[in-house]
Amino acid sequence: MLVPLPLPLPPRKTLTPPRLLLAADPHPKSEPPPHLLGSPLRAPPCRTCSHSSATSSSSLSAVVRKVEGSHAVARQTAELLRSVVSQHRMGSSANQAAALADAVRAVGEQLIAANPIELAVGNIVRRVLHIIKEEDISATAVGIEGLSVTVDSDDEYDSEHDDRPSLSAAVLAAHARNALRAPSLQTLLEDIPVSPAISRTASSTGDSDGKSKSAGDKSSTRKLKHDVIAAIGDLIDEIDSCYEPISEQAVELIHQNEVILTLGRSRTVKEFLYAAKEKKRSFRVFVAEGAPRYQGHVLAKELVEKGVQTTVITDSAVFAMISRVNMVIVGAHAVMANGGVIAPVGMNMVALAAQRHAVPFVVVAGSHKLCPLYPHNPEVLLNELKSPSDLLDFGDFSDCMHFSTQDGSPLLNVVNPTFDYVPPKLVSLFITDTGGHSPSYMYRLIAEYYSADDLVVRRKSTA
Amino acid sequence: MSKKSRSRGGGGAGAAAGDDHEDLARPPPLQAVLLADSFTLKFRPITLERPKVLLPLVHMPMIEYTLTWLESAGVDEAFVFCCAHSHQVKEYLEKSGWAEKAGAGSMAVTAVESHDAISAGDALRVIYERGVIHGDFILISGDTISNMSLKDALQEHMDRKKKDPLAVMTMIIKHSKPSILTHQTRLGNDEIVMAIDPETKELLYYEDRADNSHLYVTIDKDILTNNPSLQLHNDMEDCYIDICSPEVLSLFTDNFDYQHLRRHFVKGLLVDDIMGYKIYTHELRSGYAARIDNFRSYDTVSKDVIQRWTYPMVPDVISSRDCSESRLHRQGIYKASDVTLSHSAQIGANSVVGSGTSIGDHCKVLNSVIGEGCKIGKNVLINGSYIWDNVIIEDGCKVSNSLVCGGVHLKAGAIVEPGCVLSFNVEVGKNVGVPAHSKVSLLPQPSNEDSDEELEYADTNSGVTESPPFSSMRSNGDQATVPSEDESGTFEIGTCGVVGYIWTSGDTGILEEWRQSIAPIPKEKLEELQHAVSEDDGSEDESNNPTQPDKDDSSDIAVEDDDPFSKFEKEVEETFQRALGGGVNQDNLILEINGLRLAYSLQHADCAGAVFYSVMKSALVAAQSTNDTLLKTTAEALGKWKDLLRNYTKTVDEEMEILLKFEEMCQETTKEFSPLFSKILPFLYDTEVVSEDAIMRWAEEKEHADESDKVFVKQSEAFIQWLKEAEEEDDEEEE
Repeated sequence: MLVPLPLPLPPRKTLTPPRLLLAADPHPKSEPPPHLLGSPLRAPPCRTCSHSSATSSSSLSAVVRKVEGSHAVARQTAELLRSVVSQHRMGSSANQAAALADAVRAVGEQLIAANPIELAVGNIVRRVLHIIKEEDISATAVGIEGLSVTVDSDDEYDSEHDDRPSLSAAVLAAHARNALRAPSLQTLLEDIPVSPAISRTASSTGDSDGKSKSAGDKSSTRKLKHDVIAAIGDLIDEIDSCYEPISEQAVELIHQNEVILTLGRSRTVKEFLYAAKEKKRSFRVFVAEGAPRYQGHVLAKELVEKGVQTTVITDSAVFAMISRVNMVIVGAHAVMANGGVIAPVGMNMVALAAQRHAVPFVVVAGSHKLCPLYPHNPEVLLNELKSPSDLLDFGDFSDCMHFSTQDGSPLLNVVNPTFDYVPPKLVSLFITDTGGHSPSYMYRLIAEYYSADDLVVRRKSTA
Repeated sequence: MSKKSRSRGGGGAGAAAGDDHEDLARPPPLQAVLLADSFTLKFRPITLERPKVLLPLVHMPMIEYTLTWLESAGVDEAFVFCCAHSHQVKEYLEKSGWAEKAGAGSMAVTAVESHDAISAGDALRVIYERGVIHGDFILISGDTISNMSLKDALQEHMDRKKKDPLAVMTMIIKHSKPSILTHQTRLGNDEIVMAIDPETKELLYYEDRADNSHLYVTIDKDILTNNPSLQLHNDMEDCYIDICSPEVLSLFTDNFDYQHLRRHFVKGLLVDDIMGYKIYTHELRSGYAARIDNFRSYDTVSKDVIQRWTYPMVPDVISSRDCSESRLHRQGIYKASDVTLSHSAQIGANSVVGSGTSIGDHCKVLNSVIGEGCKIGKNVLINGSYIWDNVIIEDGCKVSNSLVCGGVHLKAGAIVEPGCVLSFNVEVGKNVGVPAHSKVSLLPQPSNEDSDEELEYADTNSGVTESPPFSSMRSNGDQATVPSEDESGTFEIGTCGVVGYIWTSGDTGILEEWRQSIAPIPKEKLEELQHAVSEDDGSEDESNNPTQPDKDDSSDIAVEDDDPFSKFEKEVEETFQRALGGGVNQDNLILEINGLRLAYSLQHADCAGAVFYSVMKSALVAAQSTNDTLLKTTAEALGKWKDLLRNYTKTVDEEMEILLKFEEMCQETTKEFSPLFSKILPFLYDTEVVSEDAIMRWAEEKEHADESDKVFVKQSEAFIQWLKEAEEEDDEEEE
């Protein structure tokens, strides 16, 4: 089994190994621990919110419910947040970034509450918050260096996190610490001085040059907003194109004449298999149909169109077929911080079968599916029970549901869960857009995308 | 008008191609008419205080479900017609943010108000006058819960209309088997018989069997001749979701007597072949739709919501609109995050507990919905009940299968029996038992109720406003409330008894309460019905709805096939009873009996026996004290019905049959007649019901029978002897 090394990380390797990131930690924290994910942490809905986007977001939250699939949800969330940022009116207050983050948080909170099961929403909200923080830090760094930055250097700041040559080493280190470390007391304290830092720099420059003060202030806020919008645009591009870097790795994993098993339909898996096929690999695919939605049938059709040898099996036949399989490749709904996977129902069974026969179980997932939370009681709290009509025809069973003649209590119950939780020990390898990773490495990968203090998306009580 | 809309629709089709994921993106906006008034009294007394559409169904007002569904189904503009409590509905629309929404992607909601509409027909006439509907629209009432996708149905409707402009309406129907026992759907409605063309899905016949006097379905023979095939369904449920063309509105205006959507409009269109308008059906395959029409359907739909058939309209998904957020736990238990639940309290499967509610020690909550901000004491048992917001239930109460509205206060030890409805802010005193199926409200029962449902001024404010200050509670029909233990005669408010008026049950009577109440049908009733179906369906005649199963459809044929003759006999007897009571014309009676005879494919002779049996039975019922009066009434009855009997005694065989029947009756079923046999026999002879030939043959036949069979022959020996002599005399005379 070839396990590709993790791709080179941004220059943060020298850092101390991150201590535990999300588990209930001994550090004093101002926020409740993230395991409260299940129990809603919602402030009263922001009806009084003065943001022009707040009202539209409540209707958009309904839209989010309607959108299916974490990819589409992630994209829509990012687009929505971009519009929130662009509509946000930068006040003249000192801490622009905090105000912007607050606006994003307010909307994000609603979005997450609208659909707590769709973890991609929360992921994107956290990514955007992280982006704001990063851009703020880089702006501060610029501020320290003086207001010498010209407009044409903007482009450099558009790219998301990597290559930021103009940053001073100190800021970079602080930034990296911020991203990777648990919210220790130090980071919490650091978080506060950010605003004075800006105002101080602004005022210091203002002292020297009174005229440029207001102009510089304005341009810096506009630049922050501009940078953030551009960065979110990059994020959207990244979500759009997340299949490419993943499917590029297909040839390394799928070898000649191998038998692949998958369950249901995942677009990532489909692209992955397509890519292998395009590279003239010949292989066979077993598709477990994925009851009760039978998305496997769709996948089988798509694979056959591309000329892939395909066999459709029932979900219950997985165990019987697994001994002939070389590798299981499946998609995921979300990848949790511990390396556990929330995946379509039936996946745990496939994973157990794969483990029994020592078949590698590979999960392909775009970075928007990486969730910085730990799963607590995932079978219930991160699950969604859909309508029983997927399983049964209402009309045929209507005579089983005459409550009036059944002493009031329903005798027939139908449970139709959407997701399974696959524990990390059953996963052999994750393929993300940054390469292949083992489950135990996921927490670190995740830490690169999120700031530790955004785990719980909640508006801070602003003074 | 139709032309206009059609041209619009045609123009829209091309332009719509550009839109991708929006279901129904078409230039003419899709409109919906939502009737926020049921125009019935089924939910009284609650609807005196709050309109039905605002009653919470698992924590959310019903109209919220309807509006949410309409929006998700791609409706651009909804007109909410409100009549009773219109200010409340409008206030709600504003508060919940529906009214202010306008703009791309969201549904515009406009309230249309009228105060004098008393039926759905009136409502549609008002809508027509406003001239707001321009194209095809969805007609729905505000108490409909659905999650179906309208896309296919709409497409079908549009395609059909393009081909045939007379196809004005598409009804959504759903497969759902009615109960064999009660002939009710799961929603407590009466079963509906529909005839549908299997090819075109055109609706040919529609009959809801509200009046059970119809023992069979009468279908116009034109329907049968004009359609090569048709399917008769009694296993379909009407969802009360219609896709209508604008012509529907003008039809309502033209026919000002159309009131009820189904009983008048649909049937009217089906019968009327001059205009040739057609109604089509669309069967709902995947998806849920149901209308809450009565308390039974309130119960059923609530359970469906809890069991997630209405997904995504389920408590944990849709609650985001208001503040209360509930999460689904195992076994279908929905619990808000801030519920205070004692450790020893037990919440059973399929229950919902709203936010801010506290539940005390050793409580048991089973299959129930508990609203927000309720306070429930210790040792309370709540089973199959619906407790709305801010209800206080003190220690040791028991509530089973009841509806408890907001602000109700149950004092310690109160017991609410199945099927009760406690309206807003009612108080039940200490250790008081509220008897089953009682309805309690702070408002007095309006006295001017007329029995015809359609004419009733549903939920109008009139007649309610002048409610007296409730100092003398329990005034109105307080005989119904029997405070269980402490019947001390004190009527102080709050210390004992019930604060509120106990409503007497309406014209349906207590017998029918079980049909549409929240409580499950009592065991005894079920057994009775079971009995009625399996043994003989005539035994139900006390409740005056003789059922005749198996006339109706394809699905449940042949429930019972025991002795057809005894069944026939019962039928005849019932028919006869009706004739006695209602004074049916004798000719019609004969017709009916002949019809029955044909239905059971029996001989004429059997008829004679059965009719005779019925006549005698009626005499027996009329007087049974002494033999003398019995003889007298029998004589009277025979005198009265001799023509009828004679109609059946055309041959000697039939006359024989009567005699044998009479003998059998005397021996077995009605022994009262046995001492009178010899006295009645001459009377039969006198009225020429039986001839002497028949009597002689009967006597001859019996000659060789057992001793026990000869009892009556011997008893009437004198009469036979006399007959013989008379005969001989006749013979002699002739010779």
